Amino acid sequence: MSRIGVAFDKARADGRAVLVGCMPAGFPTVEGSIAAMRAMVEAGVDVIEVEIPYSDPVMDGPVIQRASDIALAGGVRTADALRIIEAVAAAGAPVVTMTYWNPIEQYGVDAFARDLAAAGGTGLITPDLIPDEAAEWLAASDTYGLDRTFLVSPSSTDARLEMTTRHCRGFVYATAVMGVTGARAQTSDAAPILVSRVRGVTDLPVGVGLGVGTGAQAATVAGYADAVIVGSALVRCLLDTPDLAGGLAALRTLSAELAEGVHNPAR
Amino acid sequence: MSADALSAAYPDTAGHFGRFGGRFVPEALVAALDELDGAWRAATADAGFRAELDALLRDYVGAPSLLYEARRFSAEVGARVLLKREDLNHTGAHKIRNVVGQALLTRRMGKRRVIAETGAGQHGVATATAAALFDLECVVYMGEVDTRRQALNVARMRMLGATVVPVTTGSRTLKDAMNEAMRDWVANVDDTHYLIGTAAGPHPFPAMVRDFVRGIGEEARQQCLDLTGGLPDAVAACVGGGSNALGIFHAFVPDADVRLYGFEAGGEGVETGRHAASITGGSSGVLHGTRTYVLQDADGQTVESHSISAGLDYPGVGPEHAWLHDSGRASYLPVDDDAAMAAFELLCRTEGIIPAIESAHALAGVRVIAPKLAAELGREPVVVVNLSGRGDKDVHTAGEYFGILDKEQ
Ligand SMILES: Cc1ncc(COP(=O)(O)O)c(C=O)c1O
Repeated sequence: MSRIGVAFDKARADGRAVLVGCMPAGFPTVEGSIAAMRAMVEAGVDVIEVEIPYSDPVMDGPVIQRASDIALAGGVRTADALRIIEAVAAAGAPVVTMTYWNPIEQYGVDAFARDLAAAGGTGLITPDLIPDEAAEWLAASDTYGLDRTFLVSPSSTDARLEMTTRHCRGFVYATAVMGVTGARAQTSDAAPILVSRVRGVTDLPVGVGLGVGTGAQAATVAGYADAVIVGSALVRCLLDTPDLAGGLAALRTLSAELAEGVHNPAR
Repeated sequence: MSADALSAAYPDTAGHFGRFGGRFVPEALVAALDELDGAWRAATADAGFRAELDALLRDYVGAPSLLYEARRFSAEVGARVLLKREDLNHTGAHKIRNVVGQALLTRRMGKRRVIAETGAGQHGVATATAAALFDLECVVYMGEVDTRRQALNVARMRMLGATVVPVTTGSRTLKDAMNEAMRDWVANVDDTHYLIGTAAGPHPFPAMVRDFVRGIGEEARQQCLDLTGGLPDAVAACVGGGSNALGIFHAFVPDADVRLYGFEAGGEGVETGRHAASITGGSSGVLHGTRTYVLQDADGQTVESHSISAGLDYPGVGPEHAWLHDSGRASYLPVDDDAAMAAFELLCRTEGIIPAIESAHALAGVRVIAPKLAAELGREPVVVVNLSGRGDKDVHTAGEYFGILDKEQ
C-alpha cells in the first residue's frame, strides 16, 4: 500500500520515468510557491516535492539554502507548508514532502503524520533521518498509511542498502553524487551503479536526484531510474528572475524541457 | 544507578546518552562515521597509538597542565580556587588535546585532508597546527562575524598554512560554519576527515572527543589530591559545545560528593532571548547530527545565539551534557556577558592571568556558587575551575568592552 505508487504505475504503463520537481514551501511567498508548483504540474512535472524550509539544511547547496532563507524570512511555518501541500494535492498532483527532522520532531511526529495524511500528502523524504533513528516515524507512517523515502548513497554498504530499502515505502531516493543539492554540469557515473545495486535488494521504484538540471540530463537519468528528481535548477528559475510572472514563465519552460527528457529516455 | 555505572554505560553502541545523542545525518556520512568509530575503537585498544598520543600530549601540548592555586582570586570570591591551566597548552586552549587525537586518527585512516569549524578560532588554530605537524591539507570554516571578532586567530591559521573560509550564510557564526563543514564533508568524505572541535555532532564524535579531552579531569583529580589531600567540593567549567567541561567533569562523575557545574553563556540575559544557554533556555531537538538541547522556535527552526564569547556562541550543546543535566549529575547555570567580563577583569588584576572570555564564564560562575557552597558546607569550598584558554585572542573584544583602547586604534 503506497500513496505515491499510482504515479509510478501510470508512468510505468507509459514506459517512462516519473518527473519529480522540488520547491521549498513558501518560496518566494506562500501564494507564490503554490502558483509555482501548479505551473510545474501544468508543464509536465508528475510529482511535486514540497521541501519544508529549515534554518540549517546541511544536505542543500546554495540555491535551495537561499530559497529556504527567503521563505523563513517571510515567516513561513510548518502549518503553512501543510496548507501548501493541501492546495497542490487538491490540484491533482501527488505531493511528497521533503523535510529535515527537527521541524517534524517539534510539531510532534504523530501529529504531523496525521495532518500530512489529512492534507493529502503521500509521505516524507527525510534527508537527515536514517532508519536507525526513525522508530517514531516508522510507527506514525504505518498508522496513517504514509510513504517513507529514506536516502541511499554511493557510500552505503550493501548491508545498509538492504536495511534502508527494507524500511522504505513508495520509492527509494538514490543520491547520485557525493554532495549536496545543486545542478551540476555533468550527471554522475556513480548513479547508475548505485541504482543497479539498489535493484539488487528491492523491487521498489528508485528515484535519482542531486545535480539534474537539463532535459538532456533528465533523459540520461530516465534511462536507468524510475524517477528523475530535480530541485535547484527549478528553484533557480524563480531566484534569478526578479518578478514572479517572469519566474513562472522560466519555470514552465524548464519543466517542459525536463518532461520532454523524461519522455525520451536515453537508453 | 551509581555514578560509576552511570558513566560506564554511556553512550550505548549507537551513541545514545539516554534520549539524547545518536546520528541524525545524511546516509552519505554513515559509512564515514562507522569507519571513524571503528578506527577510534581500534586505536583505543592499541598500546602503540596510546603511547604516541601520550608522547605528543606531553612533549608537544605540554600536558599535564598545571593546577594552580589562585590565592588572591580565591580571597575575592570566597572559595579556594584551583585553576586547571589549560591556557598554558600549546596554542592556548584545551582544544589541542582533541585535535592531536583526531589528527592521529586521520593519519591512521589514511586520509590526507582535514576540515574544521571554528567559532573563537581556537579549534581552527589547533587544527591548523596539527595539520602542519602531520602534513595534512587543512580547510577551516568560520562564520564571517567571527572572522572579524577573532581576526588574530584568522591570521594565525593562515600562517600555519590553513585555508580559512568565511561563511556568509545564516547567522554567520559557529552554527553556520558547522553547516558548511558538513556540506564539505558530504562531498569529500573519501579523503577528508571532519575534525569536529567539541563534544557534539553525530556519534561517535561526542564520546570520542570526550575521551580525547578527559585527561584534563584525570590530571586535575590527581593534582587536587596531591595538593589538598582530598577531592574538590565542586568542579566548574564553561559550556559551549561542551568539550572542556566534559574533559574536566568526566573523571569526577563517579565521585558523588563532587558537584559538577557547567556555566552557559547567558549573553544579555536569558530573559532577553539574546543568549547562548541551550540547556537553561532551550529545549530538546535535533541539530547538527545529534539530539540535544537546542535554541529553537516552536517550529524547530534554530534561533540565533548571542554571546560576547565567540567560543560559546552556539545554539546547541553536546548530548552528554543534555543527559548529565536530565540525570541531575551536573548543574547548568547561565552567566551573562557582564558577569563574565567582571570575572575576566578580576582574574587579570588579582592573578596576572588574562583568561579567554569563554573561561571567564566559569570564573564568574564560581562567584555565584561559592557563597551557597560555603553555607551548605559550613567552610570555605574547594573549587577546581577549568581555565580552558588564554585571552590573547580576546584582547580586542575586551579592550573595546572596557573602553581602554586608544582612540586611534
Ligand atoms: C578557550 C575556550 N574555552 C571554551 C570553549 C568552548 O568550547 P567547549 O564547550 O567545547 O569547551 C572554546 C571554544 O572555542 C574556547 O576556545
